[in-house]
Amino acid sequence: MVKYMIKRILLAVVTVWAVATITFFLMNMVPGGPFLSEKAISPQATAALEAKYGLDKPLLQRYFTYMSDALHGDFGDSLKQRGRTVMSIITMKFPVSARLGGISVLTALCLGIPLGCMAALKRGKFLDSLISVVSTCGIAVPSFVICTLLMYLFGVHLKWLPTMGLSSWKHYIMPVIALAFYPTAYIMRLMRSSMLDVLEQDYMRTAKAKGVSGFWILFKHALRNAILPVVTYVGPMLAYTVTGSFVVEKIFVIPGLGGEFIGAISGRDYTLIMGTTIFLATLIVVMNVLVDLVYKIVDPRIKLK
Amino acid sequence: MKKRVLTFMLAATMVLGLTACGGNNNNTPADSNASNTNTESNNAANNESSDNATTDNATGETVTTGDKILSVQVGPDPETIDPALNSAVDGGNMLLHSFECLLAVDQDGKLIPGQAESWETSEDGLTWTFHLRDGLKWSDGSDLTANDFVYSWKRVCDPMVAAPYAETVLGMVAGYQDAVAGNLDALQVAAPDDKTFVVTLSNPCSYFGSLAAFATLSPVQQATIDANGDAWATKAETYICNGPFYISEWVPGSHILMSKNTNYWNADAIKLAGIKWNLIEDANAAYSAYQTGEVLMIKDVPTEEIPSLLGNSDFFVDPIIGTYYLSLNLNREPFNDANVRKALSLAIDREYVANTLMQGTYTAAGNFMGPGWIDTDGSQFMDNANGGKPYIDITTHEANVKEAERLLEEAGYANGEGLPSITYSTNDAGYHKVVAEYLQQAWGELGIDLQVEIVEWGSFTPMRRNGDYDSSRNGWVGDYSDPSNMLDLLYSTNGNNDGKFNNAEYDAAMEVSRTTLDAAERSQALHKAEDILMAETGCIPVAYYNDFWLQSEKITGSWHSPYGYWYFMYADIAE
Repeated sequence: MVKYMIKRILLAVVTVWAVATITFFLMNMVPGGPFLSEKAISPQATAALEAKYGLDKPLLQRYFTYMSDALHGDFGDSLKQRGRTVMSIITMKFPVSARLGGISVLTALCLGIPLGCMAALKRGKFLDSLISVVSTCGIAVPSFVICTLLMYLFGVHLKWLPTMGLSSWKHYIMPVIALAFYPTAYIMRLMRSSMLDVLEQDYMRTAKAKGVSGFWILFKHALRNAILPVVTYVGPMLAYTVTGSFVVEKIFVIPGLGGEFIGAISGRDYTLIMGTTIFLATLIVVMNVLVDLVYKIVDPRIKLK
Repeated sequence: MKKRVLTFMLAATMVLGLTACGGNNNNTPADSNASNTNTESNNAANNESSDNATTDNATGETVTTGDKILSVQVGPDPETIDPALNSAVDGGNMLLHSFECLLAVDQDGKLIPGQAESWETSEDGLTWTFHLRDGLKWSDGSDLTANDFVYSWKRVCDPMVAAPYAETVLGMVAGYQDAVAGNLDALQVAAPDDKTFVVTLSNPCSYFGSLAAFATLSPVQQATIDANGDAWATKAETYICNGPFYISEWVPGSHILMSKNTNYWNADAIKLAGIKWNLIEDANAAYSAYQTGEVLMIKDVPTEEIPSLLGNSDFFVDPIIGTYYLSLNLNREPFNDANVRKALSLAIDREYVANTLMQGTYTAAGNFMGPGWIDTDGSQFMDNANGGKPYIDITTHEANVKEAERLLEEAGYANGEGLPSITYSTNDAGYHKVVAEYLQQAWGELGIDLQVEIVEWGSFTPMRRNGDYDSSRNGWVGDYSDPSNMLDLLYSTNGNNDGKFNNAEYDAAMEVSRTTLDAAERSQALHKAEDILMAETGCIPVAYYNDFWLQSEKITGSWHSPYGYWYFMYADIAE
């Protein structure tokens, strides 16, 4: 187990390094630069800016400087948002996205798992069909459509909910629905199909034959096995959701991290691209390690080697 | 059973852990800087009177009575609001309300006293002397003197600051070249006493007054910059300013709240307690906020809503100084032939483009220099151009097309035969794609095969600047109303001369406009330059820019300027 963990962590470090390296060279291959705008800056000013941020150095040298700084925890200054460090942007915006994303993931789990189980148990009945329809919608309809519909209905038309910001619990309702809709639908489907699978197993019949009550069969024997695919899905999904959604943040005017991913790339803010990419990569890798651990706890038969 | 519980607890803690860490950090500003506590407390102490406004607004609800906070939207997060660094219009709008330069511009576009109550120019036009008002103060209550201007103007030249507009606003000041090379004290700006600021120019500049009112040359406080470095302009506490408002709260990505600056010399004329700049990027989100009344003015109106808004009393269309034009790569065939360029220009039905395709949010352009550019005698530059007639008669499209066909024939490409296939490059925003499709059709009628290439924004600018294109969309919005600001674009060595227009006569006319002290001669030189440009079709003007926005009738006493700025400082909200 310890050996396995060490191996996993080493692998995680290599993964993040590879992501960082590939991103670094790819972004420098894309034409454009951080100091370009529709109005040309004088060559002197551009040269001064490049010197200030070390962009006048050869690419390889920049790569090694960046990596060594990053290892020391220094992710540099944002090239576009002058006066802010990459770290300060992430620490300022991530908590906002994380809170919203966390609530959304919890909502998705609390709704998705029971509804998925219910659909499996009532297979072929009306409830199952209803849940299927809802989950199909959830997967097929993109979040911007949901956002716009919610915004129009509850924000503009009925005026029940505020349309922008996150300053009270009411502000959370629409963005949480928009963010949780897809994962809820997906978890429902996963849960339903794996539950159906499990219910067919021999040990379920044995348990039933032994006279274990319905609730306990479901909770102790079925759910525990059926939840594994959901655990696999939730790890990376959590990483993506807590780092914010570009679309939802734009529409509901939420100062989260999601917009920075896109903004950094279109603005060629090299240091911010690197910072946000490394941050997301690390989060995903950590989530995957945690998922493995959770596997082991849920199903002791799984050997972590 | 225990293990099962553990499973769920673990999953729950994973989520909660992340959620909770969000909760803890959310309300404290990142990076609070111990070294600036002094400034912070000063700022707080001096602005106690405005505290009500801040707390009222922290709830995020609509305006409360008593302390009127005007809620507006002019764009997303500004990249920077450091006056020396800003080059964007949305940042400029915020600077306009938080800073004041030596001079200011009034509702009619005339220069009026700002921090300086009077100013004079020497006879040779080289020495400009500004006399500051009595008792000027920073928003933190400390005194503002002429030395602050000396520091601020030198800072604009500092290569370590790398101000994008340095050359535009200070290039004519004596010692500029040495200053940008690093010797800041070479810049000939001086403060003989606390209330007098003297600038010496290396060559006369008749529009230097406009530059003295340009946001880049706002005074900035050395104390806060020394203490906080570049980060001074990223936090409300360290953002010391001298304008009608100061920043009392700033949540990046959400809003900037400005409160009335009681230390401003003209604070008695300010009726609002504050202005909330909602940093909304998405036009539909802005429109929803406007419809619910959360925001009383929005700049970003969804284009699909425009047809239904035209004619409404709260929908405004107002010109700004700028032109939507097409650049042709003059180094490439067939654009090196003036007749081909002219034919391409005449084939465009500008009225159709501006009024139908662009839904009336642009105005058809028959000249390069549109409304809002001011001639040396104070009249509209456009009224005196080409004897008062537009260079291109936009009302006679059919005749124009006939003429275009004739010109092509003259160039040896009758019915477009023999012309290579042309690529038109543009980024995808606003009406750019629609215009591209129109050009495909309009130039197609001349027998030209036009390929449209959509380029991602970040790559588009360098591609155009490197001359790596056939024809492309281009545009310019002026910084100040002197016509040289836009005519300089076509000067052979200008960094924005994307078409690489290179005409000795044009350059000579621009040279004259830079050095002459005689207003009439200068005006003549500028008009001559435009004459040459239009005769040679150095670029193809298509439409003049307008700002179009929604503004509630509740807002009184505000105005919009041809620079793309909204003046809300003297506004009020009617109940």
